[in-house]
Amino acid sequence: MKKSKWITTLTYAALIIFGTSFTLPFFWLISTSFKPAARIQKWPPDILPMQQVYAHQDGKSLAVYIINAPDKKAGDVLLLNKLKEGNALVKYADNPRSTPMVVSFDNLTEKAKPGLEWKNYTKGLTFIPFLQELRNTLTVSILSVIGTILSCSLVAYGLAKIDWHGRNSLFIIMLSTMMLPAQVTMIPIFAIFVKLGWVDTFLPLIIPAFLGSPFFIFLLRQFFMGIPKELSEAARLDGCSEFDIYRRVVMPLSKPALATVGLFTFMGAWNDFLGPLIYLVDESKYTLSLGLAMFTGQYGNEYGMLMAVSTVVTIPIIVMFFFTQKTFIQGMTMSGIKG
Amino acid sequence: MKTTKSTTDRQNLRNGLLFCSPIIMGLSVFTLYPVLASLYYSFCNYPMLKPPVWVGISNYRTLFHDPVFYTSLYNTAYYAIFATPIGLGVAFLLALLLNQKVKGMALFRTMFFVPSIVPMVAGSVLWLWLLNPQYGLINSLLISMHVPANLIPGWMADPLWSKPALILMSTWGVGGTMLIYLAGLQDVPVDLYEAADIDGATSLQKMWNITIPFMSPHIFFTLVMGFIGAAQYFTQAFVMTGGTGGPVDSTRFFSLYLFQNAFQYWKMGYACSMAWILFIVILLFTLLLFKTSARYIYYGGEK
Repeated sequence: MKKSKWITTLTYAALIIFGTSFTLPFFWLISTSFKPAARIQKWPPDILPMQQVYAHQDGKSLAVYIINAPDKKAGDVLLLNKLKEGNALVKYADNPRSTPMVVSFDNLTEKAKPGLEWKNYTKGLTFIPFLQELRNTLTVSILSVIGTILSCSLVAYGLAKIDWHGRNSLFIIMLSTMMLPAQVTMIPIFAIFVKLGWVDTFLPLIIPAFLGSPFFIFLLRQFFMGIPKELSEAARLDGCSEFDIYRRVVMPLSKPALATVGLFTFMGAWNDFLGPLIYLVDESKYTLSLGLAMFTGQYGNEYGMLMAVSTVVTIPIIVMFFFTQKTFIQGMTMSGIKG
Repeated sequence: MKTTKSTTDRQNLRNGLLFCSPIIMGLSVFTLYPVLASLYYSFCNYPMLKPPVWVGISNYRTLFHDPVFYTSLYNTAYYAIFATPIGLGVAFLLALLLNQKVKGMALFRTMFFVPSIVPMVAGSVLWLWLLNPQYGLINSLLISMHVPANLIPGWMADPLWSKPALILMSTWGVGGTMLIYLAGLQDVPVDLYEAADIDGATSLQKMWNITIPFMSPHIFFTLVMGFIGAAQYFTQAFVMTGGTGGPVDSTRFFSLYLFQNAFQYWKMGYACSMAWILFIVILLFTLLLFKTSARYIYYGGEK
């Protein structure tokens, strides 16, 4: 009894330590995205987003600092002017008539209060043509989902529900191609799309989805095999064609499996980097992933903006996860694919 | 009777081919032809704008004298050897923790899983900031813990620390593997543990003699997938180094160098020969894992 209590305590301790470490990066992502540029690269870092406090005096807005010098009274001071050699002209905030004095910036600390800086979002999202890139990403993702669901369900039906000579060979060939690393086929496929004149269009990112993907076909086939044969036999006796059975019997019964396939296709297209990197040339055609990567290359130090854009790219995926948790987790464990 | 059967057979064949026509086309155009073409290109000089010219084994010969090729192999092996086992170990530990009947399990599961679905580019950008040598969160934490300044890592700015930085980042994304293990752990028969308790087995003995054997198929599957994924590691290294593989080539992984050859230097034939070497290495390695692991894996009641 005593021992199991020990184990429970240890388990909780470990869960909390790991939980904090896994969550901290997210917290930092959001927190940084709301910090003003001037306060991002400072030591010690602000845990929560902070903003410089300003005070109004004589119709001017002046930055407030806290003075901490051995020969001066501690308190809030207003910054009147920045001087050379790291000095500042300040005066006490509580007394408008106090005489200005010169102190070193070493003895001053910015006075800050918690507050959110939205400029990172407004600036970041206009710096990269966000709406354009969102539209491009959605075009590619949605058409890929439609293509994948259509083609994979048709093929899976052909492999699971129609008994034809050669279907096992096709199934085995299909499965064995899954072993092939994408790098092997990447260059000839690129050459094909160059010949077709499809480079710098979305077609190379969309058309392959309409020709099926072995992994999703495999998933759907397994699911279709579990649908009782009697159902399709009954429909066949009623004079339904194979396509009717596919459309009216099998598809409506397979919604959970189709949802899994759709979800993972959408995520794959939303996250895809290599495809857009190879095929999209003109900036107006960039997807979000590609746009964010290029933006990082150019503005590597604008961490506030980078975090704001990264937040915006990440949030749809996380929202989707929370709305489809069950499908998500089933899909992950069923397939073992990583996001 | 016979005629009707052969009619149905013919009808089924026609329908089957019709339904499967997308993948038949897909496999021909996007797999079978490219595999053959890529093998052919690997023996060619092919700058893409001009047609390929046969040069025999020259690409492979150049490759084996290319120091960057060896650097990229070393980088990839380093990453695979550390990132895969560390990732699997952390995922296993997290799954074990979640499998204890504790309150708030769903919350913790979400906390561990969500990082793995963060888009790769956004995750890389975030980690670039977390790992910033001067102002990043991680070094800030190290400094506040009074780690001596000469021991504070430079992460992506230091060739010694860039690969450990990427390995650390990959550990954040083990949520998918953790879910696979968690599903596996929930399938281990409870009565085995009860029987072991009656026999007075310790927790460690139960772990070693019950949990690990039952989990061995899952561990094996994730190990193979992990190594294959690590061998093709690309996006994070590309985004975090602006496509250079720096500093000092320390993150020029095999796939990154392949990409550079193909799409920056337009040496398509050379890149294809690299792709085939990658394929052969993955194939041999997978076969080796399958061969050596057969006796360690426990598949339920099957012998």
